[in-house]
Amino acid sequence: MKTKLSSYLAAFFLFLIIYLIFKDILENSFANFSWSFFTESPTHAGRQGGILPILYSTFLILLICLTTVIPLGLGTALYLYYSNSKSTVWLQNSIEILSGVPSIVFGLFGNALFCIYFSLGFSILSGGLTLALMSLPLFVNTVSKGLEATPSNFLKVSQSLGLSKFTTSINVLIPFALPSIVVGIILSVGRSLAETAALIFTSGYVDRMPESLLDSGRALSLHIYDLAMNVPGGNQNAYKSAAVLILLIFSVNALINLILKHWYKSRIPL
Amino acid sequence: MCPLTKDIFYQRALKILGSLVILTVFAIFAFLFKESIYALKTHGTVFFTSATWHPTENKFFILPIVLGSFFIAFGALLLSLPLSLFAALFTCFFCPKKIKWWAQRIIELYAGIPSVIFGFWGLMKLVPWLYEFSAPGQSLLAGILILCLMIFPILTLSLMASFEMSSREVYLCAESLGLSKSTYIWKILIPSVKKQSLAAILLALGRALGETMAVLMVCGNIPSIPKSIFAPVRTLTSNIALEMSYAMDSHRSALFLSGFILLLTVSFIFLASKQSSIILRKKGAL
Repeated sequence: MKTKLSSYLAAFFLFLIIYLIFKDILENSFANFSWSFFTESPTHAGRQGGILPILYSTFLILLICLTTVIPLGLGTALYLYYSNSKSTVWLQNSIEILSGVPSIVFGLFGNALFCIYFSLGFSILSGGLTLALMSLPLFVNTVSKGLEATPSNFLKVSQSLGLSKFTTSINVLIPFALPSIVVGIILSVGRSLAETAALIFTSGYVDRMPESLLDSGRALSLHIYDLAMNVPGGNQNAYKSAAVLILLIFSVNALINLILKHWYKSRIPL
Repeated sequence: MCPLTKDIFYQRALKILGSLVILTVFAIFAFLFKESIYALKTHGTVFFTSATWHPTENKFFILPIVLGSFFIAFGALLLSLPLSLFAALFTCFFCPKKIKWWAQRIIELYAGIPSVIFGFWGLMKLVPWLYEFSAPGQSLLAGILILCLMIFPILTLSLMASFEMSSREVYLCAESLGLSKSTYIWKILIPSVKKQSLAAILLALGRALGETMAVLMVCGNIPSIPKSIFAPVRTLTSNIALEMSYAMDSHRSALFLSGFILLLTVSFIFLASKQSSIILRKKGAL
């Protein structure tokens, strides 16, 4: 009986916390909300105005991240799928380590490699590439699970037809694993949206509208951090930006669940 | 059977992509090491002998910062462990069937909340609340509490996974013997998954050590050994985030060195966690 009671209490506490966080942030941001928040540039260091350039920079960073992580991750997952597990021990351990590297260390690495060594400076490009490395393990693991769920007789049939591995990948494996690839993409988007520490020294702080990919651009999560910590009186806009971020994360989660539930449910063993 | 030439090319292209990943991991270690050599060479002993952290005067006393990191990570882990255990028991055993799916989704959503949001919420609500007990509010305790809330869902999800892997047959057998659920949980389930949970706990510890934004926003960031749990502290991660933007030469190198130490610790923890689960699987414990 004691066990049951304490487990109910723990679960209640869990739901209470998430409720409190959501309630606090949504209430405070809906209090004086207007649509111009999405169409204006920040003024007075973000105390007033909106977040249009910040949303645009966030979108560009995500775009860079995805265009890098999809080919790299898909190739890695296919390689892992075709090779026997003993010959890829190094690769597996690398992915394991990569998934554990703290985000601030990714920030340091991105700064040293992309900003200074490749002399890209503080730019959306460096930020996006850093995030790509960061979300790579998540993407590879998700896609690998999808590939491994392919029935083995599919492979045997395609071998017996004399199809090359390339054709098999394009026409059999990838279409079959498509739901898991999409889930992997969405997970990467969620991970990148949530990331702050890796972006501080890679994509920078500038809150103007970025003119090119080599311009510095401030991501949404970094905007929240900056308003809350460095700008006295920025709390109101920080609340609103936090609400936007929470709603984005929420829709990402909802999208994943929708796909898992309705689109080839049996094919993604997550 | 002779493989097609096309296949050989394809396999090679895939291999190159895979090697790129390995190369990246090596590059991370190499770059962090390369950048921290300067500090090791010029101030190798300063890290442990100087009395304070005053980067502008080349005084890099790193011990309080390392201690801050460990206090916060272990404190958060100790607090969230019982909470997660019971929350996982709830979703696996006591939860009504109808809301189980929803409970899992909510915990997943919780696990996905960005750390900056936790930090912001902590700064707005938790810190003023703690301030009423003892100034300044931004303190070791605030960091422990926020971090505990952050690793709570992660730990719950991995404990749930290890509970669900435990044998269904044993559960049915226990039920047919007329054991109550709590007897089954404490006498059979927990002893049998104790070792697998170690991997989950290590992963959570790695996450806690590497966490930056939330800790940075609620801890007060004063680099001295905390005298009480209401005193402000600074962690390795927030130290880097705070000072990197204006650091030069040996200061910058010192920050890279602290990042390198963090990287080594966390990768060791992650590999240990993976090894422990592999060894257990070989023994047939899973």
